[in-house]
Amino acid sequence: MHFAIMHKLWASTYKEMLLLLRDLGGIAILFVMPMLLLVVITLVQDSTFKTISDIKIPVLLVDNDKGEVSKNIIDNLSESNSFQILQKDTEEEAKEAVFAGKYQLAIVIPESLSTSLQKKVNQNVEGILSKFGLEEDSLLVEKETIPVKEVRLYFDPATQVSFKSSVKNGIDKMISKIETQSIYKAFQSELGEDEDESIFDTENFIAFKEILPTKNNEEIIPNSAQHNVPAWTLFAIFFIIVPLSINLVKEKNQGTFVRLRTQPVNYATVLGGKTIVYLGVCLIQFTLMLLVGIYLFPAIGLPGVDVTGKLPLLYVVALFSGLAAIGLGLLLGTIAKTQEQVAPFGATMVVILAALGGVWVPVFVMPKFMQLISKISPMNWGLEAFYDVFLRNVSFVKILPEISLLLLFFLLTILIAIIYNRSKNAV
Amino acid sequence: MIQINQLSKKYKGAELFSVKDLDLKVEEGEIYGLLGPNGAGKTTLISMLTSLLKPTSGTFTINSLNFKEHKNQLKQLIGIVPQEYALYPTLTAYENLEYFGSMYGIKGGALKKSIMQHLEIMGLLKFANKKTATFSGGMKRRVNLIAGILHQPKVLFLDEPTVGVDVQSKNVIIDHLKYLNEQGTTIVYTSHHLNEAEVFCTRVAIIDNGEIIVEGVPSELINNQAAANNLEDVFLAKTGNALRDYA
Repeated sequence: MHFAIMHKLWASTYKEMLLLLRDLGGIAILFVMPMLLLVVITLVQDSTFKTISDIKIPVLLVDNDKGEVSKNIIDNLSESNSFQILQKDTEEEAKEAVFAGKYQLAIVIPESLSTSLQKKVNQNVEGILSKFGLEEDSLLVEKETIPVKEVRLYFDPATQVSFKSSVKNGIDKMISKIETQSIYKAFQSELGEDEDESIFDTENFIAFKEILPTKNNEEIIPNSAQHNVPAWTLFAIFFIIVPLSINLVKEKNQGTFVRLRTQPVNYATVLGGKTIVYLGVCLIQFTLMLLVGIYLFPAIGLPGVDVTGKLPLLYVVALFSGLAAIGLGLLLGTIAKTQEQVAPFGATMVVILAALGGVWVPVFVMPKFMQLISKISPMNWGLEAFYDVFLRNVSFVKILPEISLLLLFFLLTILIAIIYNRSKNAV
Repeated sequence: MIQINQLSKKYKGAELFSVKDLDLKVEEGEIYGLLGPNGAGKTTLISMLTSLLKPTSGTFTINSLNFKEHKNQLKQLIGIVPQEYALYPTLTAYENLEYFGSMYGIKGGALKKSIMQHLEIMGLLKFANKKTATFSGGMKRRVNLIAGILHQPKVLFLDEPTVGVDVQSKNVIIDHLKYLNEQGTTIVYTSHHLNEAEVFCTRVAIIDNGEIIVEGVPSELINNQAAANNLEDVFLAKTGNALRDYA
């Protein structure tokens, strides 16, 4: 009996393999598109997140101040290597160019910013010194009201929020530093010291140090490839849902499934053959994407993927992620009636699962409610397991919870598919 | 061989029964024809007998076994040739037959021998390694038939096995079915080709609106019907001339 089932399983597997091999266009899509996706995404993301050295964003600047502060701002922006400063004469001109989408950003420095800042700082310093009794005529001088100056930033409405925030933070930090330096200078001047002599250290006292996981006492430095290869490989693995569910629907439509239902073979065996073949596809996809990360990325100027000592665990994660994706594909294919139903539904579902899983936006920045939902996305379990192996350098035991969830998801989806099929076709 | 008692089927949402309180007995070794206009309930009846549809009520046994208790045994016992081609178009004729034969548990040399023999009888041996997508309708019908008989079933159900094929293909199919019948296979088949059924079947039942209108040996039915010269005359006399369009 057991041998008979194995024979039928083998025959089903062989048939699925033949069907796949006869569809060369389909194979090309299954293997080439994910690799293309990985390369394109990594190229785009790498240029976005690395320290920009060769890409400069053109920024319009209107200098109404023409003083020391504006000179400082221009110098700092130029030195940052991120921006190419293009000066404009009027605010209106700069605003129009930015709102028309010609430039991402315009910075308008207000009139007499330098003098106002200096006045404000002097006023504050004098106020403090008078409290210590160091200012002789403090009681005689009435405090002048100095209006707040605003540096105006114009953003192209199409500019992404993350870019806006980082630019705003950068400029804010720069202005804070200029203010601090002005305060120190004012103190120095009030104390009657030579302004050229450095008695205050204006450099940051508190510094940041990023501590990374180590392996053999060497820090593992994550790069865009280390992030992208697992994320987009997982995305590609889950896209197996689409061809797999279409394969099942086709069986129903071309009548072969009707014949199978009249034969002494159970549905689990039919699904088993598909599972084995498509799991093989997932693992080949994974291998190809790793090869792209290891060999192609460095060749095209992208950071390469380091898989030293991680391969066995990476394949374990890929295997269980593949099973979860296959389970979902088989369930969809079992329930759907037409290819028109299953193709767009499957593709959209993968995109939703990817979004929920943290492939595009990290889970920790999602709203609380979405964070909870993301915990039930199999793509999130797979991604966490991949990050565990790729970036956190963990052992097999640490990824056990995630791969157990992936396996449970596979078993559950298959079970539902079998029960659904039985209930629909019960005699 | 087949005993049907008060079998009924009403589809979800349908107003009428597709098969209603049907009683039927098919003896071992018979070639039994189920004839009737479109929508009469022939395919529904065969679908219930082959485990594709769940009856609304009633029971049936095949070789004294029922589907509820002996599902796999029965599936091994029967063969089905559906109206659709039910083949994988990108697989060759041999690969299709190898797969469907394996699902009946046939393997190795026995499976290969059976496939080759049947392909030869059906005149398809030289096309064994061609994809069925390239086959004509007649060729697909013949492969479709072989897929249902590789395991030498005791009862063979055929739903319109000769529809849409040329005379040559039809003759090969009918001749082979007669051969199988001589070897002991009981055949139940549906057809719109009444001339074919008249000479091929040992007994026929004319079904309309899910009920058997008349049943018997074709020659006796013709003799018993006034002014009937053939089975078609009997058929029209019993089912009328009204069109049976439905959607």
